[in-house]
Parts: sequence; C-alpha cells; structure tokens
Amino acid sequence: MLSWPYLLSTVTFLPLVGVLFILLIRGEPDVVARNTRNVALFTTIIIFLLSLVIWLQFDTSTAEFQFVEKSGWIGDGLPGAAREGFNYHMGVDGISMLFVILTTFLMPLCILASWEAIEHRVKEYMIAFLMLETLMIGVFCALDLVLFYLFFEAGLIPMFLIIGVWGGPRRIYATFKFFLYTLLGSVLMLLAILAMYFHAGTTDIPSLMQANFPSGMQKWLWLAFFASFAVKVPMWPVHTWLPDAHVEAPTAGSVILAGVLLKMGGYGFLRFSLPMFPEASVFFTPLIWTLSVVAIIYTSLVALMQEDMKKLIAYSSVAHMGFITIGTFTFTQQGIDGAILQMISHGIVSGALFLCVGVVYDRMHTREIARYGGLVNNMPRYALVFMIFTMATIGLPGTSGFVGEMTILVGAYQASSWVAALATTGVILGAAYSLWLYRRVIFGELVREDCKKMSDLNWREVAIFAPLVAAALWIGIYPKPLFDVTAVSVANLLQQHEWAIEAARTALAKP
Amino acid sequence: MYQLIVFLPLAAAILAGLFGRRIGDRGAQVVTCGAVGIAALLSWVALYRVGFQGQVAVVPLFTWIDSGEFEVMWQLRIDQLTAVMLVVVNTVSALVHIYSVGYMSHDTSIPRFMAYLSLFTFAMLMLVTADNFVQMYFGWEGVGLASYLLIGFWYKRPSANAAAIKAFVVNRVGDFGFALGIMAIFLVYGSVDFQTVFNATPQMAGQTFTFLSWEVDIVTTITLLLFIGACGKSAQLGLHTWLPDAMEGPTPVSALIHAATMVTAGVFMVARCSPMFEYAPFTLAVVAAVGASTAFFAATIGLVQNDIKRVIAYSTCSQLGYMFFAAGVSAYPIAIFHLFTHAFFKALLFLGAGSVIHAVGGEQDMRKMGGLWPHIKVTAVLMWIGSLALAGVPFFAGYYSKDAVLEAAFAAGSGVGDYAFTLGLGAALLTAFYSWRLLFMTFNGTPRADHHVMEHVHESPQVMLIPLYLLAAGALFAGIAFVGPMVGENWTAFWGQSILIREDLHKAMAEAHHVPLWVKLAPVVAGILGILLAWQMYIRRPDLPGALARMHDGLYKFLLNKWYFDELYDYVLVRPAMWIGRLFWKGGDQKIIDGFGPDGISAGVIGLARRAVRLQTGYLYHYAFAMLIGIFVLVTLYFYTMGH
Repeated sequence: MLSWPYLLSTVTFLPLVGVLFILLIRGEPDVVARNTRNVALFTTIIIFLLSLVIWLQFDTSTAEFQFVEKSGWIGDGLPGAAREGFNYHMGVDGISMLFVILTTFLMPLCILASWEAIEHRVKEYMIAFLMLETLMIGVFCALDLVLFYLFFEAGLIPMFLIIGVWGGPRRIYATFKFFLYTLLGSVLMLLAILAMYFHAGTTDIPSLMQANFPSGMQKWLWLAFFASFAVKVPMWPVHTWLPDAHVEAPTAGSVILAGVLLKMGGYGFLRFSLPMFPEASVFFTPLIWTLSVVAIIYTSLVALMQEDMKKLIAYSSVAHMGFITIGTFTFTQQGIDGAILQMISHGIVSGALFLCVGVVYDRMHTREIARYGGLVNNMPRYALVFMIFTMATIGLPGTSGFVGEMTILVGAYQASSWVAALATTGVILGAAYSLWLYRRVIFGELVREDCKKMSDLNWREVAIFAPLVAAALWIGIYPKPLFDVTAVSVANLLQQHEWAIEAARTALAKP
Repeated sequence: MYQLIVFLPLAAAILAGLFGRRIGDRGAQVVTCGAVGIAALLSWVALYRVGFQGQVAVVPLFTWIDSGEFEVMWQLRIDQLTAVMLVVVNTVSALVHIYSVGYMSHDTSIPRFMAYLSLFTFAMLMLVTADNFVQMYFGWEGVGLASYLLIGFWYKRPSANAAAIKAFVVNRVGDFGFALGIMAIFLVYGSVDFQTVFNATPQMAGQTFTFLSWEVDIVTTITLLLFIGACGKSAQLGLHTWLPDAMEGPTPVSALIHAATMVTAGVFMVARCSPMFEYAPFTLAVVAAVGASTAFFAATIGLVQNDIKRVIAYSTCSQLGYMFFAAGVSAYPIAIFHLFTHAFFKALLFLGAGSVIHAVGGEQDMRKMGGLWPHIKVTAVLMWIGSLALAGVPFFAGYYSKDAVLEAAFAAGSGVGDYAFTLGLGAALLTAFYSWRLLFMTFNGTPRADHHVMEHVHESPQVMLIPLYLLAAGALFAGIAFVGPMVGENWTAFWGQSILIREDLHKAMAEAHHVPLWVKLAPVVAGILGILLAWQMYIRRPDLPGALARMHDGLYKFLLNKWYFDELYDYVLVRPAMWIGRLFWKGGDQKIIDGFGPDGISAGVIGLARRAVRLQTGYLYHYAFAMLIGIFVLVTLYFYTMGH
C-alpha cells in the first residue's frame, strides 16, 4: 500500500467507485436512500484516510512534484509537428497538497450534513457529490493544462445540478447567474490555453512554468486566466453570483462552494499566473490589490446590512478571499504561505458557518436573521459551536483565521503599507458584522414559539462539528505542520519568480 | 511552576465550561477557585524569586507560526515586570472568583460564569507572560473575547449585548493600530521577539521608513501605532466609550476586568516596550498628553453620573490616565506601581459597590439609595477604605502611588509634564469629590429607596466579605510595603532589565524624590479639599447640587451625556457605515453590477430573441418581401464591387 505508485489517481477516482456501487443499489426507496448514504459516507471516509497517507509520505524538503503519474492520453503529438500530445499527468507539491486534504476532509462532513436534509433523489444527489469530489481533487492534482481545464470546468456541472435540483426557491436564477459568470471566464481561459499550446508546444504544466512567454503575450494570457480565476475567487466586482448561489444551494453545496470551489481561483493564481506569467503578474499587481481592498471594505459593509444569514456569510467570504488575493500578489513568503493557510482556514471556518446556518435552517426552514433570537437558551451546544466559528472568522488569535490573516498582513505590509492598512480595516468591520449576526441569532430573550421548539445539536451534528472545531483550533495553535508543507514550494516559487523578473530586466537593459 | 501559573486557569476554564453540567455548580466553583487560587499563591512565589532574587526566566513551549523569517514561538517570559503583573492578575482574580461564589449564587448559569472568569485569567496571563508581540496580541485579543463574553453574560438584556459588541469593536479599532505596529516591527526588525527588537532599537533611532505615503521616523511611528492599541484596551480618550457601557456585565467582572487587570494592559504594554518608547520622545509626549487629558476628562464626567458602577468606571478611566502620563514622562516603574495599588483599591471599590447592589436588590442608581449605612456597616467601612486609598489620603496605598505619579510629572520639567501635573492635580480634586459624593449618596442622608427594598437590605455573606477584607488589606498596605523596592531610590535593583529608562535624558524617575515640598503636599490637599467639597454639597447643603445643575444647565448636560462622544460616533461612523453598506448592496451590487452584468446580459439576450421571434410572423408575403429585399441588396452589392 505504502509504495503503491498510483496513490494520487486512487484518491482522485475512488469516488467514482462509490458512484458505481450506488448505481447498483436496488430495492425499496427507503432502503435505497439509506444504503446510498452509507456507501457515500464510507467512500468519502476511506478517501480521506488515503489522502492522509499522502500527507504522511509527503516529503516537505523538496519543491518537486510528488506522487507523479504520467502517461499518454490524447494524441502523441501530431505527426511531423513539434508539439506534444496531451498527457494524463498528475502530481502534488507543497502548494496543492493541502487543498487535496481540505477537499477530502470536508466531503464526509458534507455527506453527513445531507443525511436528513436531502429526502428526495438521494441517489442522484450522492452521485453528484461523489463526482464532484473526483473533479475537485483532479483540479488540484492535474499537471497537464488540458486535464486541469477538464476537471476545472466539469466541476461546474455537478455543482450546477446540486443547486438547480436540490436548491431553494430561486435556484434557477442562481444557477444561471453562476453559469453565466463562470462561462465567461472559462471561454477566455480556453483561448489562452490554446494560445499557450501553440506557442510552447506543450500543455505540460511543469514545462510551461519554464516556457518564458514573451512579455506582451504574458499580459494577454494573464488577463484571460484572471477572468476565470477572478470569477471563481470571487473578486469584486464579479462576486455577485456568490451570494445568490449560496442562498439557493443546499447546505452541503454551500460548504463545498465556499470550502473548495472558491479556492480553485486562489490556487489557479498560484499554479498558473505567478509562475507562468511572472512579468504580467507584477504588472497587474496594483489591479489585484485595488480590487481586493475594495472587496474587503465594500463587501464587509454590505455584509453588515444583510438580513439573510447565508448572504451575510457569503459576503464575508468575498471579504476574506480579498485577503487571500492580496497575500498571493505580495510575492513574499509570508504573503503566499498566509494565503494558502487562509484558504485552508477559510475552507474550514466558512464551511462550518454554512453548516451552522444549515442546522437552524433544517429546523425552521428560514434563513432570515430576524426570525431567530435567543437560541442560546435552548441550544447551548449550538451556541458554543457557532461562537467558536464566529471567533475564527473574525480572526481571533488561537483560531485558524488569525494565523492566515496575520501572516498575510505581515507579507502585505512588506509589499505596501497602504494595502496592509486598508485591508486591516476589514478586521474591524468583520468583528462588527459577525458579532452582530451572532447576537441577533443566539442572544436575547427566547420569545418565538417556533424557536422554543428547536432542539439542540444531535449526535450526527456533533459528529460533523467536532472535527471542524478541532481543525480550526489546531491550525490556530500549532499550524507548523501546514507551514512545513508549503514552505519549500513557496520559497521555490518565489525564487523562480525572482529569476524570471531578473532575466526580463536584463533583457530590457540590452539594446 | 510558570506553566502551572498560566495553564491551571485554562484547564479550569475548560473543565467548568464543557463539563459544567456534569460537575455541577459547586464543582465548577471549586475547580476554578482552586486553580486560580493555586496560581495566585505561586505568583507570589514567582514575585519573590524574580523581583527580590532576580531569577529571570524564559520558558519555551513550542513553535506557533513559522513562515520564512516570520517565526513566532509560544514562550513564557518571566521577568520583574511580568512577576508584578502575575501577582496583580492572579491575586485579584482569585479573590473575584471567591467573591463570585456568593455574588452569583442566584444565577442560573454559574459554571459558565466561572469558566469565563478563568478563561479571562488565562488570556491575561498569556498577555503578561508574552515573549513576543504576536503572543502578546494573542493575550490581548483573548482578554477582549473574555471581556465580550462577560459583558454580555446576561444575554437576555439587549443593553448587555450591545455593550459587549461595542467593547469588542472599539477594542478592535485599537487593535488595528497594534496589528499594524506588529507588521511594521517585522518589516523593520525582521523579528517580533521582544529581546531582538529591543536590542536593535538603539540603532533604529532616528532612521526613517515609508509608512503609507510618508517618510517618517521608525521608532516614533511604531510606538504610536502600539499606543493606539493601548488606548483601545485601556479606554483612553477617544476610545474610552466602551468602558462605561461595559458595566452591563456582572459586578465581579467589572472589578476584575474593567478595573484591576485587563484595562491596565495598555499601561503594561507601554512599560514592556519601554526600550522602544524611550527612543521615541514624540510618542512619549503624546502618551503623557493623552493620559493627562483622559485623567481630567473622565473625572469631570464622573462628577455627575448617577449609576454607582459608572462613577467607578469613569474613575478607572481617569486613574488609567494617571498611569499613562507617568509612563509618558518615562517614570514606568511609578506607572506600574500605581497600576499595582490601583488594582487593589479599585477592585475593592467595585466589589464593595457589588455588595451594595446585592444589598438593595440589584439597584444601581444612587438616586434610589441613601441611608444605607446603618444596615451594611461592614461594606460601608470597606468602601471608605477604598475611597480613601483612591483619593490619595496619606498612608493608604493610593497616597504613595498617586503622589509619585504627580511628582514624576512635575519632575519631568517639560511642557507636557507640567500639563500632566496641572490636570492630574485637578483630577485629584475631582476624584476625591466624586468618591465622597458616591459614599454620601449611598450611605448617608435619608433612604430614597422604597420601604420594600429597605426592609431587605442586608449585609453580604462571608464568602463575599472575606475577599473584600483581603483587598482592603491591599488598599491599606500595598503602598507602604512596596513603595520602597518598586519606586524608591534603588528601583533599578528591583526592576532589573525589564524596564529601560534613558536616565541621561529623562530625569523624572530620579528627580521625583527631590521635588519641592508644596508639590508633595499638593495632591493630599487637593484630595482633602475634594472631600470637604463633597461634604459641603451632599451633607451640609444637599440642595446645592440641584441648584448648581440648574444654574449651569448646559455644562451639566454636557457632562451628564459624557461629552456627547457616543452621539458623535454614532453620527459620524456608525450611521454612515450602515448607510454606505445599504447603498453598496442595493445600488452597487444589485443595480449596477447585476443590472449591467448578468441580469443585463440575459435581459438583452431575451429582448433580442423576442425581436427575432417577431420576425417570424408566419405570413408568406412577409417572407417573400424579405427575400426580395435580400436579393436587391445582393445585386446592389455585386454591382457596387464591380464598379470598383
């Protein structure tokens, strides 16, 4: 097992095996639903355990891709052409590894969260989720641009279905908005991929990192990729799909959306924009900073005024992702380390916050903040869990939110004190809207009859939250294992970046 | 041992918080009181070892953040400054824990309360034992969390919830400065460890760097940023608005957090960073000016408040101002000494006030008290001791420290020192006045409470009184016992390396003992004058205050409404933020971005499709006509291209 060479592929495609089993389930609807849930849960747990094996075997002393698998896939290069074919090329390094773990960690919790909330079309729902897992892991492991694009875009389909079929009343509007935004970005990225293939003759990601695109071309390519990633992150002003998608998505859909799908944008910047288009990245840094700072302040203020719990958290996500894009484009070790850590942390914390909303939504079927109040009286366990994640989202030291945010800001300050100072105002606003939400839902007198009937967390829900609480606190207190994973790869990324910029400068200096 | 001091309260907090229902109310009380009590005893041992034997220690725990050169350790630093703070924090905390057993006995969630208190204690201990700026920030925010939880402890009250959020958010404004300070420190020094930073500061002095868009002095900027954090936590002018509202919390909380310990964190921070502040004369002047202004400003508000706890809260604010201006004139040991004595007598006053409130069934308005003296004599005597100490009457604890503070300000011999001395002296008069106003309104005169309340007025149980006795002992003897070692001629022997003063430049500390006699006497005279004035107005001529208030209605309203700070902030900050938030949401997101973005595009596509649909009418002659036009255009084009 430990020397199994196809570990990464196994983890990636194991969900499909689960899908196969689910397809084979026959019988009474009740039995089918129960067995489906069990199969999905066991599959995702096994995948999580396997992914931990990856972490254990991961060598933190090298920036090289590990667990690499490579074989021919489509075309072996056109005859007589100087171009390679597309390969099935997988591997992880310090930048991508943690995202794989994050995905596999969140999946079993999502299945558990859907246990009772999803009652009809259980089979199809679980299949969609398992397919989604394959595609998400694939995104983070793919080392071929075409393969990456396939995973990246195909991931939209199950998500589209999850929102569109199991979503709320305005789900159709939300899915179309989601689709429209992402489509626009994707089309441009596809064009860029074609251009890169025709220029460099390969779609192999490690080779493309060495490709040295001419600086004019870099800018166009960068913008095309940016269009796609900025929508995914999402950055202001292409963020408006997110609140709608979150509001309409079922709880587990929101968790995955906030926890993993948004991270693909941030990951994309780190995997493609920075190493492949170094000059363009530097050139466009002011743009990213401006958009990020606007996002932080703007969406924090908007979050302050929300009346819908999920919308509030969705807007806070946009603000938090603003920190991540700032960190990424500081070109400092702290900024990028912090960005990766913050993405992991945000995946855990915002996922958990959406689960917190899910808990009360399952009981009351409304997300309107004003309909709640005084829940601490009859749901003390829930109040505690919600408090922990509220504190984590506002970056209280000792929780994962702080470690990421502080590290990013330390990096940002080195790049520009203005950016750091403006971004830090988000920390004040974040405290305001989060605590205000908490107060309106949890504190106060318990007056409403329907609120009085709500029961505290049951064992299934405790089982969902316990790992999340543990993870948020563990990363808050002892994040060293995570920093160890990213350290060398990020240092290498920065080194390459510096050389590239240096080379471009000397090229310019020559007549 | 040091690990025990810090982590026992945490263990107790977890035990009482998570398993409160299993171990019961009594169990939670025993666990938390026991843990903090042991920590308190050990703290005195630590003070002896460190303060008097000079055994400074650094206890590494494990790595926290490790990103490139940004390395942060969990590490306990036990030097003289820490040792003094350990004693203050743990002693007051232990007494407050015990007091709470009695005070909160009728509450329905005792384990939760005890857990919060212990959690607070832990966070405060992490703050004072921090060995680097980030860990200090951990404690800093941790006490903020505990403060938030405790202010909002009675979560059913909307006012308590509002006060809790206000406390947290206003503190965050201060933390904004602190956080930026940490970032700047890392940029300049490449490290956030105290020792590394302090050692490198002399070389940094006078150098400049770019902050935002301006080229500014490094050390001055960083210390100013840190001081913004200190202002937030210690409720200094401008960021003070949360402290009076924080009185919504149970009284033991006010005593522990909002008088003795947490609010003094800012003073501690300035003292801890004395090796930096010493190289930033401008910042020191700002510290002194802000401190002196706050001391006076808060005292003026204290004159007219009617809520017994709010009077003491403004008094705290004012006393913190004293500590700051002492630090601002480079007399850090005196600032910490005042912090030390203040912790005892102010906790005593608060807990005494709690005893009064307990006696009158939860009433806090002094206008509904009066004449309580015959019923609760022990509390009254204890409150008198606390007030005598606060007013700086000779031989009580406050006398030594407050006198020293004012002498240092005078001895500084600088403009800002004189400013601080003058305002401080004025504030001393006001302090004595409002303290005795409080005593007289509460204990003397005719009872103003209705007879139901008066029938039930009773002395507090022993479990509440014993902590008060001990604090009273502190208010009596903490000054006389520690004035020698802490601020005497030989203060360096006590403080060792933990505080740095550039004595060639800043002479306040050394000269404080050699001020003219009138300076030494002035604070005492001011205090006694204030007491007499209060006696004149509230005992001899009780009609005077009302008449004065009517005569100077504008001034009275101005003071009663706390200089209108809350209204100002609401008008300038809170409302615009909400207005802008709504504007961005409804106008920005929905009208502009969605309107021109996805909704606009889809609406455009639909409109286009509608028009396309309209073309297909189904009438044959429409199609025939369209074909004809098409042919005509094609033929024209053909001839046109032929012609060229």
